[in-house]
Amino acid sequence: LAHGAGGKASRTLVEAVFVEAFRNPILETLDDAAVLAVAGGRLAFTTDSYVVSPLFFPGGDIGDLAVNGTVNDLAVSGARPLYLAAGFILEEGFPVADLLRITASMAAAAQRADVRVVTGDTKVVQRGRGDGCYVTTTGVGVLERPVTLGAAHVRPGDAVVVSGPIGDHGVTVMLARGELDIEADISSDTAPLHGLVSALLDAAPGVRLLRDATRGGVATVLNEVARAAGVAVVVDEAAVPVRPAVTGACELLGIDPLYVACEGRFVAVVDGAQAQAAVAALRDHPLGADASVIGHVAADPAGLVLLRTAFGGTRVVDMLVGDPLPRIC
Amino acid sequence: MGPVAVERIHVRVEGIVQGVGFRPFVHALATRYDLAGFVGNDTGGVFVEVEGDGDRLAAFVADLSRRAPALAQVERVSTETVAPTGQPGFAIVASVTGAGRDVLISPDTATCPDCLAELSDPTDRRHGYPFTNCTNCGPRFTIVTDVPYDRRATTMAAFPLCAGCAAEYADPGDRRFHAEPVCCPACGPTLRLVTADGYAVPGDPLDVAVRWLRDGRIVAVKGLGGYHLATRADDEPAVAALRSRKRREEKPFAVLAADLPAARALVDVSPEAVPVLTGARRPVVLLPRRPDARVAASVAPDNRDLGVLLPYTPLHHLLAGRLGVPMVLTSGNASDEPIAHRDDDARERLAGIADGFLTHDRRIHVRTDDSVVRLFRGRELPVRRSRGYVPAPLTLPWPFDRPVLACGAELKNTFCLAKGRRAFVSHHVGDLENYETLRAFTDGIAHLSRLFDVRPQVVAHDLHPEYLSTKYALHRDDVDLVGVQHHHAHIASCLADNGEPGPVIGVAFDGLGYGEDGTLWGGELLAADLTGYERVGHLDAVPMPGGAAAVREPWRMAAAYLDEVYGDAVPDLAVARRNERRWPAVVALARSGTNSPRTSSVGRLFDAVSAILGLRDRVTYEGQAAVALEQRARPDERGGYRVDASGPVPLADAGRQLVRCVVDDLRAGVDPGRIAARFHDGLADAVVRAAEAVREATGLTDVALSGGVFQNVLLLDRVVRGLEGEGFRVLVHSRVPPNDGGISLGQAVVAAARHRTDGSG
Ligand SMILES: [Fe+3]
Ligand SMILES: [Mg+2]
Ligand SMILES: [Zn+2]
Ligand SMILES: [Zn+2]
Repeated sequence: LAHGAGGKASRTLVEAVFVEAFRNPILETLDDAAVLAVAGGRLAFTTDSYVVSPLFFPGGDIGDLAVNGTVNDLAVSGARPLYLAAGFILEEGFPVADLLRITASMAAAAQRADVRVVTGDTKVVQRGRGDGCYVTTTGVGVLERPVTLGAAHVRPGDAVVVSGPIGDHGVTVMLARGELDIEADISSDTAPLHGLVSALLDAAPGVRLLRDATRGGVATVLNEVARAAGVAVVVDEAAVPVRPAVTGACELLGIDPLYVACEGRFVAVVDGAQAQAAVAALRDHPLGADASVIGHVAADPAGLVLLRTAFGGTRVVDMLVGDPLPRIC
Repeated sequence: MGPVAVERIHVRVEGIVQGVGFRPFVHALATRYDLAGFVGNDTGGVFVEVEGDGDRLAAFVADLSRRAPALAQVERVSTETVAPTGQPGFAIVASVTGAGRDVLISPDTATCPDCLAELSDPTDRRHGYPFTNCTNCGPRFTIVTDVPYDRRATTMAAFPLCAGCAAEYADPGDRRFHAEPVCCPACGPTLRLVTADGYAVPGDPLDVAVRWLRDGRIVAVKGLGGYHLATRADDEPAVAALRSRKRREEKPFAVLAADLPAARALVDVSPEAVPVLTGARRPVVLLPRRPDARVAASVAPDNRDLGVLLPYTPLHHLLAGRLGVPMVLTSGNASDEPIAHRDDDARERLAGIADGFLTHDRRIHVRTDDSVVRLFRGRELPVRRSRGYVPAPLTLPWPFDRPVLACGAELKNTFCLAKGRRAFVSHHVGDLENYETLRAFTDGIAHLSRLFDVRPQVVAHDLHPEYLSTKYALHRDDVDLVGVQHHHAHIASCLADNGEPGPVIGVAFDGLGYGEDGTLWGGELLAADLTGYERVGHLDAVPMPGGAAAVREPWRMAAAYLDEVYGDAVPDLAVARRNERRWPAVVALARSGTNSPRTSSVGRLFDAVSAILGLRDRVTYEGQAAVALEQRARPDERGGYRVDASGPVPLADAGRQLVRCVVDDLRAGVDPGRIAARFHDGLADAVVRAAEAVREATGLTDVALSGGVFQNVLLLDRVVRGLEGEGFRVLVHSRVPPNDGGISLGQAVVAAARHRTDGSG
């Protein structure tokens, strides 16, 4: 198996194995959460496993990630998150103090997100058979608004918005591994987004689609949107918010912030006419202070994401097949 | 003399024989030998029947290829005896159209001497007319929109012939008989001069444009394959302004000289360079710049060579002649974009660069850049194969059993369509990451497939999963896909260039290519033939700290190499001091492996040495650090490093040892120009020693040299001489570039060879 950097390799794996095995119309949308019609209402339902090295990093740890990540998958389906289940896989010898630290931050994150962890499970595997601690969270939320979000609603002319500066989380984690001699004042952006989503949906009913920009970053999300909706996404490089410290670290590391994971940012596709209202509403919220329109949806070239560079060129921003390897010679 | 036996033969001529004045030529030839019969065009080429005495028939047939018109490329002449008819006279008969197309389209061709004479003859009706052409010259590939090739299928369709031109077009005795782009001031395209904000400038466009250029302004000139930006080459502020507006910081500009004497005032023109400079294809030729050349410093910074070309259209002749000083002629684009070729697009993209547009109303259908060549041992060494060369096919000794499309590399992309014994390597498409270029790639494939009637059954591609050309190939589900390793493709392209099947010892040195093991290769010794290869030697891989960032910043490769060689005991060097702030982080990045893929690339070794010597810490165009190292090497230096390159993995340790030699010399105070020369010599010697080790193990005695590094003529010369000195036979490129522009040809021949092998085995 190729490493799951969140690009085309993991996408192919998901489609070839899991969709094939469990085929049904709800799964096939491959949305962040499944929306289920239950007893006259609609529930959102999702699960995610968390693997991160190191387990603790500036701004958070695996516990925050496991709560916020699942909360955000529910949030971007338009739901209000309610309950979580948590599963732990621990390596024999894992320090109890670390586990307590993780559960404490999960509790704090749950409280901040106004959700409750109502059930769970723990397994211990032999030493050397795990990376210390893996966490799986499953979440349920309720859709209280009549919104239906998804790629099917995306139209040429729509605006593409990000809810804040990108790349903070991924770069923080890379630097936190301690192998790199890089000092940077950055911390993870991990945060629960349903409050911000709610503010957005209030201000701009013309939201077409929301995606949290986790593995593979904004570039991967936009590629998935372009392909699923059969449209082009045109991004203006100068409009993409990136903190100077992240830009600096990315330059040194030779990575493109567009492909770096976020844990507290989403991408919204919004009716072009409501773009300004959407950004204004996001900026009124503490988690959306740097929200920006970064581009727009066009009809052609369908399926591609293009980046208008600062120099006026137009670069193809493709979905990565695996880890980024230089193509230049 | 006794009675003469009359015979009649049917002759078929294949190759580039249409649109090049072939039928009038046959007519004249038959008349001269007093033969009766006829000639005509069909979808396979030209057919002829001639009747007369046997000796004269034989002479006629021999002359068909020997004396063919300048633009013709006769590939095959076949004859068949038929019964004499006794009919007198010789006629040009109507063209026969039908299914299947095997006719070749000629490349765009420099203005011929006859047209040039008309251009400057005040009594000629085409005097001073910038669009003069005939069957022997003029636009072809860039204006063809469809097949079969006739005026309706060119962008000249918009210009109905006047009576004068129509008469020439219809007269078999005329130089313009069936010259599809024929035109004159009465019926053809017209020149216009437009300001940057779109206002037509009154007066004679050429006069005003020349005045503007003389005053140091920048003029966008619509040429054959696209718009160029022109400014006088001896005016430093003008050239500097062009650089800053075009955002092209240092990459050398080409210079247009009015004629050969003007070129000789700029560069040393060797006897072998004369036919290349003055020939029908008119590439930019890189030649040694004369010390007294009156060229602004910023035309080609840090370069001992200068790229010079001579005018190839009447417009360029008129401009260069009237200006009277050499002018910079560079592609009309901002940095990294493809050359503009549509009028609206050019106006939009070049308005911020050019002060005005010297343009016209003949559409350019296919964008082609100027071709660029160096000279090696009197032969062309292509750097970019495009205008003037494309779409002439390479005819190979082996057949393509099934039609092939080869998608090429990511940078300097060309693609290749092949069928029968012909491989059509496309014009230079460019760097696919740019969307305009990617579209030119897909549109180009569609257009050329149609022109040459190639419906690919096999699609060959690189192994790099992120190349957009690879992704394009993988999207085609109606064909057999063949993945070809990058350096195998380089060596195969050198074999195809030389018409040889191998096996050879392939030396593939380049920037980067995806290896079978998922690392990046680029310093490879392959025991290879067309079907396969074995990796018999390579430089040991070193990390590229920051991936692509290490390509843009050669000092990072210096940091990586120095860390490999000295670990924590790196001697005090200026390169580390210059990059002090980021040095420890980059070393840590290299050691961590984070976004630091490992590579055996020789291009990256050149980068490291170039940075260590203080030549380049950062590059603004591809290969710049290596170019700087070649240009800096002192020609009078005779010494060279000697390293051990013949271990169990030939070449493995050579990179590290060379870096150590460079550092030792530098610390001993040796002049960097000498060190650069010794490095070249030492690397060449390492190649020879490694090749000897491979010869010992495999018995192979032929060596093929390919990959972008072999655009370095200094290295190429040392390697070839060293190998020949040890009894090797050496193959180098002369028809397609050794760089990634040649990859598509290599992919095509590998795909075909594998199929031939599968079929027979
Ligand atoms: Fe290459
Ligand atoms: Mg998720
Ligand atoms: Zn002519
Ligand atoms: Zn005319």
